[in-house]
Amino acid sequence: MIIYGTALLAICHLLGDYFGNTLGMLLGVKANVGGVAISMILLILSKELLAKKGYLPKDTQFGVLYWSGMYIPIVVAMSAGQNVVAALSGGMLGLIVSVASLIGTVLVIRYLNKINGDYEVYEWPVETKEKAA
Amino acid sequence: MDTLIAVLSKNALVTALAVTGLMMFVSHLLSQYLTRGKLQSSAIAITLGLVIAYFAGVYTHGTKGISDITIFSGFALLGGAMIRDLAIASTAFEVDVKEVKKAGKIGLIALLLGCVVPFMIGAMTAWLMGYKDPVSMTTIGAGAMTYIVGPITGTAIGATSDVIALSIAIGLIKSVFFMVGTPLLAKFMYLKSPQSAMVFGGLAGTTSGTAAGLAGTDVRLVPYGALVATFYTGLGCLLGPSIFFLSINAIFG
Repeated sequence: MIIYGTALLAICHLLGDYFGNTLGMLLGVKANVGGVAISMILLILSKELLAKKGYLPKDTQFGVLYWSGMYIPIVVAMSAGQNVVAALSGGMLGLIVSVASLIGTVLVIRYLNKINGDYEVYEWPVETKEKAA
Repeated sequence: MDTLIAVLSKNALVTALAVTGLMMFVSHLLSQYLTRGKLQSSAIAITLGLVIAYFAGVYTHGTKGISDITIFSGFALLGGAMIRDLAIASTAFEVDVKEVKKAGKIGLIALLLGCVVPFMIGAMTAWLMGYKDPVSMTTIGAGAMTYIVGPITGTAIGATSDVIALSIAIGLIKSVFFMVGTPLLAKFMYLKSPQSAMVFGGLAGTTSGTAAGLAGTDVRLVPYGALVATFYTGLGCLLGPSIFFLSINAIFG
């Protein structure tokens, strides 16, 4: 049943949120520390476990995959709800600080990825390529 | 007309789904006919969303973009943190665990540099621009991390509200920049493999910026970037009011 997959995802999400907030509290910050990453790890683990035992039929998988397919539209909806006016309201100072730190950040990304050096050689496994197309 | 508006408002989430689908379709056409598929339609859709959010903000004077208009209020739910995080988590279903393990160390380095680099540059630029007190420098530097770290740090160390507002603006520019700029700069940043996406996620940090930027570049990269980026805001909130503020205070206080 499709709902089993969606429920599995929902449970991982809730547990991740809970552990993320608990971690934040332990560290003394009012923020969710890595909640989404914890949900992702839980989801990966449960997937491996269920697949090994054969409890992961196509229908169940679809309950999760529907949401990953909805990911881009959701991000588009998110961008339409951003406070863009405020982003542009900081004036010159805001712009200068952002541009300076962004240049720095982009250069560090370039540097780290360059020394890691898998840009030329990395190929996606064939089956994911077909799925994307 | 009144009935139509009533129906659209009552079914706000369904309206948002329909409108988002329409935006995706328009972007698909623009991508195909205007850029001949060179610029991914998702990147165009995200940019389109931001443009709409800008005009909606000017029109309503609200803070939530298009969702401040009653018939589009469903966008707040569809694009809000709850559904967004659920969708991000779901992308992990197709993650290749081997790639994550391989990138563990470099991901951690990226995460730390991702906090230190924007903070230092932000604080230094603030100093050059005349904000010479440690509290303002720290808050502005924290804003250069994300628009959440900025206000949390500023509030914790007692910054004035105009500096906090400025730090939010700086963080928002960062997030908008990565949403729009990542697909364009992907080649320059050597962004192609899962590992490079994890480096990117650690350095860019903003969940929305990373998520949308990678979606516009290659949707297969999203889970890897998100996996690292989701630790960023928490780490920033941890470092900002503590080590970062104390260091700045020790040097400039």
